[in-house]
Amino acid sequence: MSLAIDVQGGTIRFGSFTAVNRVSIQVPKGEVFGLLGPNGSGKTTLIRGLCGLLAFSEGHATILGHDVAKQADLVRQSIGYMSQKFSLYADLTATENMDFYSGIYGLSPARQKERQAELIALTGLSPYLDRRTDKLSGGWKQRLALVCALLHEPRLIFLDEPTAGIDPVARRDLWDLLFRLAAQGVTLFVTTHYMDEAERCNRVGYIHMGNLLAFGTPDELKRLPNITPPGTLRIEIAGQDTAGVLARLKRHPGVREATIFGQAIHALVDAPCDLQSLGIEHLAVHQTEPSLEDVFVTLARQQAD
Amino acid sequence: MSFRASLQRIYSVARKEIVHIRRDPMTLFFALALPVVELFLLGFAIDTNVRHIRTVVYDAAMTQESEVLLRSFVNSEDFDIKGYVYTDAELHDWIIAGKAKVAIKIPEDYSRRLQAGQQAQILIMVDGTESSTAGEAVNVANAITLRESLRQVLRDRPLPIESRPRILFNPDTRSPNFFIPGLMVVMCQMMATMLTTNSIVKEKELGTLEQLFMTPVLAREVMLGKMGPYIVLTFLEFTAIAVLMRIVFQVPIHGSFVTLLLIVLPFVLTMLGTGLFISARSSSRDAASQLVIGTVMPSVFLSGYVFPVDSMPLVFRYIAKCIPTTWMIDACRGVILRGAGWSELWTHSLVLWCMAIATLVLATIRFRKKLT
Repeated sequence: MSLAIDVQGGTIRFGSFTAVNRVSIQVPKGEVFGLLGPNGSGKTTLIRGLCGLLAFSEGHATILGHDVAKQADLVRQSIGYMSQKFSLYADLTATENMDFYSGIYGLSPARQKERQAELIALTGLSPYLDRRTDKLSGGWKQRLALVCALLHEPRLIFLDEPTAGIDPVARRDLWDLLFRLAAQGVTLFVTTHYMDEAERCNRVGYIHMGNLLAFGTPDELKRLPNITPPGTLRIEIAGQDTAGVLARLKRHPGVREATIFGQAIHALVDAPCDLQSLGIEHLAVHQTEPSLEDVFVTLARQQAD
Repeated sequence: MSFRASLQRIYSVARKEIVHIRRDPMTLFFALALPVVELFLLGFAIDTNVRHIRTVVYDAAMTQESEVLLRSFVNSEDFDIKGYVYTDAELHDWIIAGKAKVAIKIPEDYSRRLQAGQQAQILIMVDGTESSTAGEAVNVANAITLRESLRQVLRDRPLPIESRPRILFNPDTRSPNFFIPGLMVVMCQMMATMLTTNSIVKEKELGTLEQLFMTPVLAREVMLGKMGPYIVLTFLEFTAIAVLMRIVFQVPIHGSFVTLLLIVLPFVLTMLGTGLFISARSSSRDAASQLVIGTVMPSVFLSGYVFPVDSMPLVFRYIAKCIPTTWMIDACRGVILRGAGWSELWTHSLVLWCMAIATLVLATIRFRKKLT
């Protein structure tokens, strides 16, 4: 199995501040890797390091077989990048933006035409080609940005919060697109704050203050021993008045964690746990698996302690 | 092959830059129209030659001799008599109120003393708040009284020595001839620096520069691609001001304009390099504008554009030599007013090329393809 991304002990420091601390990630080709973490945890810095835009102070990174430190030009020719904030030229039309990036990536005129047609068909961008980019809605802007990042057929794409601030329909459409690309063998490195997006990734990592706290498939992470320690249970309590129940739960000595999830409460409790005193007999209580959110919240708390 | 790819990338950046310029007509308008407005202001309104100084007279003598003296003041065209007063107090009031810059008092005994062969005195008060006017007024007043004195002594005999000044290259000492060649240079400087700085800092603000850095494009290719359109714009501007200068202000161009354009090239490159250097250092357009003004100010004041370099203290003369604008203005006046050519101006060209190369190398080093 060949790796698209292979970072070993990657560290990036700005003066005395360590933005990324000994991070090791291996992502096989054709996978979707999701990186999660609070704002300022080092996600964007890590991506900049992997693209060769920032130098690693320590450690070693290989992208698609190219050493990032020594072959930055080869790396840049084979990756696509879509940043968290929209960064196309607002005063240019969609076509002009595409033409510009085609030129920057050195596409021949024939190839450029062919490739743009393919990507326009893939994204459904054709009605908006002559529109100025600043007149496009958020979802279309992101699609155009994706097209511009895909023109040179990169084998690996970095997407830094690609769905931040776009509506749910556009978000789902974009993810459908991403999976279609992954099916074609393109590797995707996505940062996100959305747990449902994380659940869809082949592999996820959680970074907190520069440290990679967890890395693996979503199932592997949910089964991590320190997420549901021996002698505890994860339960879901569904029913009315979740806020009132939550308050009572939090006072109960056997309850380690409790959070509201829509109409239900997720809790981590000592097993066996006597919940009779809480007066919640009428509610449906059953054992459950941790969600990815449970995993990340637990990891972040443990890190803080 | 990779050279071709590099050219393609430079071309792509340049083409995109042209679209930006076309889509933002306000910036283009200000860049092109502002110098023209300035040209008309300087060309029409400003006259450094001091003429028609407002003058008030207190003629206490009221004789034929005093009248002759006053007429010679009026005839010089340097003094305009705005009014006659009859007391010393009024004379003072006119000066304090700013109604007159010069006050002339001819004492009551003026003619009597002249006829008696004694020394007659006249009082000339000059408002010193405008130093150039005051200086000129004193000089001309001295010259007039000196000539009147000689006339008194020599009667009808001719003056033993007569000087016949001939002012070369700008015989009428017209201000536009002096100002506009300098203006052409300063406006070029403003435009080249401001536009390149803006175009890069804007990309920084929008985050598009970061996006660009993720692509195979090299920093120097971005720089070259951006410089291309702005070089063309700057040359257009330079030529436009030259054409207006020739047609509207009737300033003759004695030398070869092509020579001048060739000398301007390294100057424009220096200014584009300065713009790149500034944009590498600043993260917002406001900060960048401050820095641009910071580089333009010394160029305006120390380059000889307004104040002659030769009358500056030694230290400032050395500083002036380090400013590219000084060399360019000198070359520009040389070509336009004195008809100078390569044999006189090759040192200027050499100095400007050295400055251009140094600036561009520095800017490239600063503008590395790394974010910090």
